[in-house]
Amino acid sequence: MAVDKEIMRKVAHLARIAEPEERLAPLAEEISGILGWIEQLNEVDIEGVEAMASTVDVSLPMREDNLQEGPTGGGQPDNIVANAPKTQDHFFVVPKVVE
Amino acid sequence: MTDITNLSLANLRDALKDKKISVAETTDAYLARIDAAKELNAVITVTADEARAMAKASDDKLSRGEGGALEGVPLGIKDLYCTEGVLTTAGSHILDGFKPRYESTVTSNLWRDGAVMLGKLNMDEFAMGSSNETSYYGPVVSPWRRAGDETPLTPGGSSGGSAASVAARLCAGATATDTGGSIRQPASLTGTVGVKPTYGRCSRWGIVAFASSLDQAGPVTRDVRDAAIMLRSMAGHDAKDSTSIDRPVPDYEAVLGQSVKGLKIGVPKEYRLDGMPDEIEKLWADGIAWMKDAGCEIVDISLPMTKYALPVYYIVAPAEASSNLARYDGVKFGHRANDYDDILSMYETTRAEGFGDEVKRRVLIGTYVLSAGYYDAYYLRAQKVRKKIFDEFTEAYKKVDLILTPSTPSAAFGLGEKAGDPVQMYLNDIFTVTANLAGLPGASVPAGLDAQGLPLGLQLLAKPFDEETMFKGMHALEQAAGFSAQPDEWWG
Repeated sequence: MAVDKEIMRKVAHLARIAEPEERLAPLAEEISGILGWIEQLNEVDIEGVEAMASTVDVSLPMREDNLQEGPTGGGQPDNIVANAPKTQDHFFVVPKVVE
Repeated sequence: MTDITNLSLANLRDALKDKKISVAETTDAYLARIDAAKELNAVITVTADEARAMAKASDDKLSRGEGGALEGVPLGIKDLYCTEGVLTTAGSHILDGFKPRYESTVTSNLWRDGAVMLGKLNMDEFAMGSSNETSYYGPVVSPWRRAGDETPLTPGGSSGGSAASVAARLCAGATATDTGGSIRQPASLTGTVGVKPTYGRCSRWGIVAFASSLDQAGPVTRDVRDAAIMLRSMAGHDAKDSTSIDRPVPDYEAVLGQSVKGLKIGVPKEYRLDGMPDEIEKLWADGIAWMKDAGCEIVDISLPMTKYALPVYYIVAPAEASSNLARYDGVKFGHRANDYDDILSMYETTRAEGFGDEVKRRVLIGTYVLSAGYYDAYYLRAQKVRKKIFDEFTEAYKKVDLILTPSTPSAAFGLGEKAGDPVQMYLNDIFTVTANLAGLPGASVPAGLDAQGLPLGLQLLAKPFDEETMFKGMHALEQAAGFSAQPDEWWG
């Protein structure tokens, strides 16, 4: 399945990566090349095979529904916003989203 | 003690415990070596102040007869591990200025046991690469050179800074991570030992995520004993990682030297590639002969799905990466673009500026294979082939205890030699990637030099959570290979 320039434009938008117009065609060609190599998977008979997302053969553990202590716990707004490019009063500041 | 930095991690640990040397002088010796090795570009951030403070604390403990399993041992940390208050870049521009407010579980375990942090090591951007050339901070240069040739070579990747630092003795050992071979391939190319444990053995919490179903932490060290010591400290259950497994961590060092007699060693015929250098074939044959001499039974096995492992990986890993890397949007941490019109263009411009070409390529592939209309044809199919690869190993391990293969299809190549063709670069991981897809433990042990004097490694794969048998086999290989070569010190 070859990727063309228009598909590339759509994918770059979905990935939220600004690609300049002149990069779309070369990128489409490059990614088509990689996908062409990947398509050897079409030779494999996958009839009746279950899809595997993880090699860990256990169900995910549940924890008590309570406030955690330590770095995954609550009550640490200073730490949460410490690395943000722009903050105000413990909020992340971004351009206006709703007019 | 003439040169402290020549001691293996195990010998250093013992010398510190016996107070033959101090942690302070050891740490200073390593910091001096790092300072003199700037040409290798192996370290992104040197944490000299932290190292000296940790060294002082360790000396105090040791003077009281206390101290943990790694007390006073100076280590390098791959810059994928979050370290509290210390710049953590993942080799990417997009994490500019990121100083985590927390410490990864694996590094916490190392500090709990008394280790000293020397600095944060260079790596391919977000661990995506096999040559260290995708790092925003520039490639690591291998301490190894071809005989009579000054061409700068790759130390491998993505843990190239870890492998180069250990090979050049800039630290006693280093942490690394392996998603498709990023511990074992650089270890093989630099004459060091690299261990990727079973998926779930080490906590992934606080390690910058690349492909969450494949990523696993492990050590790069000078010899097998050092790797056993480091892994024991790094491993263990962690409630903060839901895929971390609650099992006791064995004393891997205790199994070293135990007989491998009677172990069944599988040799998969599909790992013999067309056009593979004779030297790799020969090394593999040597490895088989060594294990046989040690009393192992050699069993020919077949893993016909092997050729599909890399194509599966290049769907699964980019798919998971495209999801994991969605968090880099210029809002919560790291780089934010200066010029944008609205929130959408802020995201798009920030990510375009912050990610390098290989990271963009993989995020785009991942986005494509997960997008409506293509999901079944690519992602779902890849997950099914992954299951077949997993099942094939499960079957093989009914007949054998370990699997022996080469670690890499070639020795180290020159920086820039393979940069033009992504698929050629991806083929570096052809022998290592299966272990990630199947969640198996795997390790590379230095086994010989090629005609140009460059190191080559052999890989051992084991059953899930059977790192002990793997370490036994690694030790037997190490003993038989008697690898003692070190790079000529051309830098500094």
